[in-house]
Amino acid sequence: MKKTGSQIIVECLKKEGVDTLFNYPGGAVLPLFDELGSAPFRQVLVRHEQAAVHAADGYARASGKVGVVVVTSGPGATNTVTGIATAYMDSIPIAILTGQIPTSLIGNDAFQEADIVGITRPCTKHNYLVKEIKDLSRILKEAFYIARSGRPGPVLIDLPKDILVDSAEFKYPEKVSIRGYRPTLEGHPGQIQRAIHLILKSKRPLLYVGGGIISSNASKELFHLSEKLGIPVTMTLMGLGGFPGNHSLSLGMLGMHGTYRANMAVMESDLLIAVGARFDDRVTGKLESFAPQAKVIHIDIDPTSISKNVRVDLPIVGDCKRILSKILSLLEKEETHSFREGLHKWHRQIENWKAIYDMNYQQEQIIKPQYVIEKMDELTGGEAILTTEVGQNQMWAAQYYKYLKPRTFLTSGGLGTMGYGLPAAIGAQVAFPNRLVIGISGDGSFQMNSQELATAVQYRLPIKVAILNNGYLGMVRQWQEFFYGKRYASSSLEGVSPDFVKLAEAYGAVGLRATKPEEVVPVLKKAFSIPEPVVIDFVIDPEENVYPMVPAGEPLNQMRLV
Amino acid sequence: MEFIWSLEFGDWNLINMRHVITLLVENEFGVLARIAGLFSGRGFNIECLSVAETLDPAVSTMTIVTRGDDQIIEQVLKQLNKLIPVIKVVDLIDKDFVEREMILVKVLATEKTREEILRIVDIFRGKVIDVGAKTYTIEITGDEKKIDALLSLLKPLGIKELVRTGRVAMSRGSKAMTELT
Ligand SMILES: Cc1ncc(C[n+]2csc(CCOP(=O)(O)OP(=O)(O)O)c2C)c(N)n1
Ligand SMILES: [Mg+2]
Repeated sequence: MKKTGSQIIVECLKKEGVDTLFNYPGGAVLPLFDELGSAPFRQVLVRHEQAAVHAADGYARASGKVGVVVVTSGPGATNTVTGIATAYMDSIPIAILTGQIPTSLIGNDAFQEADIVGITRPCTKHNYLVKEIKDLSRILKEAFYIARSGRPGPVLIDLPKDILVDSAEFKYPEKVSIRGYRPTLEGHPGQIQRAIHLILKSKRPLLYVGGGIISSNASKELFHLSEKLGIPVTMTLMGLGGFPGNHSLSLGMLGMHGTYRANMAVMESDLLIAVGARFDDRVTGKLESFAPQAKVIHIDIDPTSISKNVRVDLPIVGDCKRILSKILSLLEKEETHSFREGLHKWHRQIENWKAIYDMNYQQEQIIKPQYVIEKMDELTGGEAILTTEVGQNQMWAAQYYKYLKPRTFLTSGGLGTMGYGLPAAIGAQVAFPNRLVIGISGDGSFQMNSQELATAVQYRLPIKVAILNNGYLGMVRQWQEFFYGKRYASSSLEGVSPDFVKLAEAYGAVGLRATKPEEVVPVLKKAFSIPEPVVIDFVIDPEENVYPMVPAGEPLNQMRLV
Repeated sequence: MEFIWSLEFGDWNLINMRHVITLLVENEFGVLARIAGLFSGRGFNIECLSVAETLDPAVSTMTIVTRGDDQIIEQVLKQLNKLIPVIKVVDLIDKDFVEREMILVKVLATEKTREEILRIVDIFRGKVIDVGAKTYTIEITGDEKKIDALLSLLKPLGIKELVRTGRVAMSRGSKAMTELT
């Protein structure tokens, strides 16, 4: 049967199992919106296209499904760029459908023309300009396949207006075949065998896991491997939730603001087993002194991640979940009891480090941000979905909440995008209408996408936004305090932010405020009991810092603890 | 005199060894931009690049000459492979291969130098393909060494203009690129 381009898109989205779109209309894409009006998808109209992508990203991180965005050409498309780059850096599967001016006008600087395929080439996993309607369904099929398979990532499809209205015979391609794209999923059997030997020979092994554990749904396998052998686990920011934060073998996060014991363990380990992590500079500190005593096994789906920053002794390319379960099944045949016994000394040393220094703060007369997060953890039993903005609030959320399950901590790790948290919370709440979703925020970051409160109110999404209001671009101020002689250039927001309670109310959300420590728990309880969007303004210590801190470019054992 | 610069590189050293990489890519719009963008975005160096259709019009072949230490080249190869429209990547440095480049060079030809130019062209099996009032335009094909040698002889005589095609390369023996591992 003949269908218009817009109808073909709707059919393809249905076939891909899409149930939700985050969108924002405009001239070039109106034929598609006309069709979407009666399509069976939940549609969330955001208030800025950047937020559409962050929301789709939050939806994708929370649910594991591909997030879908539909926006118009020109400014609509360019507004998505930060969202796309954010998802690209963190390997999040998203399909972005952008309207485009008609093919006959492309290149003429026509009204609302932007070369979005050119602009997003370096920040998408792949992108397409549909030039002929006969290619449309194949491209959509490929786009979803590319977005979700291998190392996931955002894929953009640019849709000229004439393609949306032209008609063609619709046939949905059942199979994808892209000769230049065949991700390796199974690990090399010989390498896996060698890894097992290395592991069983090690005395101070450490699992260092990242976002790959989450995206390949490998937490169960990781848990079994760690428990079976007694190997401690440290997580990157992206890996939090991949292993239960309250487990005795969890060392918490490593890196610039990692725990003392995690960073010390890296320095002392004799075998680092990196799984779905990429040795980012925020994790390694000074590269030459990273894990100086360790042999390194690196399991990752992306060959380019291997030996990019750190020379790896034993690479295994493939899907983390498959490789870990292969290792587990091969371990069945090995005698592992004595190995486990042999780790006692290593475990004791880690305990010692914990005794020397653990995350801590002094709750005084003024609210400490760590206290807020800690109380949230207690009240929710680690069961909420948290999103964060960027800065100190992000680090406290990473340090003081014990994530128990994957896909419960959504944060912009690679790009560090302020303005991510609120729309991401909206996306997560759309994916899980009945779960508690908390957006940890900063007074600076909140204002980068605060217009999305209107979206939350419109769709009655009961997100809880907790602003840790320190009156500063706090992380910037912290760096200025440490490294720039306390010259706080352009980092103070004191007295110049809006009244966040009134702002929430103006949008039709609930606004609450806590200014004293004893108000924290009651306010949290109250917020959690209100089935509507709530903004809480926590007025916190303006000059609290994030510790420990490894100054950029220093070895991991050079931690500032106070 | 930009080209002199590349002559002076000579054979640098192993740390920055020259690699000749051939690729098979989908013959679709934007592929060249993806590859060029990959090199510029990641700070890899491109010494030269040439592209043309293969017998199969759906596929193009590219030859890229680049420099870098082992780790950089490993990244270059992996990153190229990661691009969706890239079908195959082979670093010919690991193989026995032949390479050729063609240049057109316009040389000042005076009473005194005409003879010498013709002699040089003859020795290098080149051709004079155009004669101007004061110039010869010479065509020559060869590998890097031969071209460099010719240019160093012509340079003192006065080169007015130089155009190079960039190198093309192919492995020796009967295997096609698609069969190489
Ligand atoms: C879009 C964007 N611009 C600038 C930065 C640089 N930056 C990192 S943290 C930070 C301060 C964030 O302030 P706030 O949201 O109040 O969080 P706090 O650190 O105070 O918790 C800034 C400006 C960024 N990460 N993202
Ligand atoms: Mg702040």
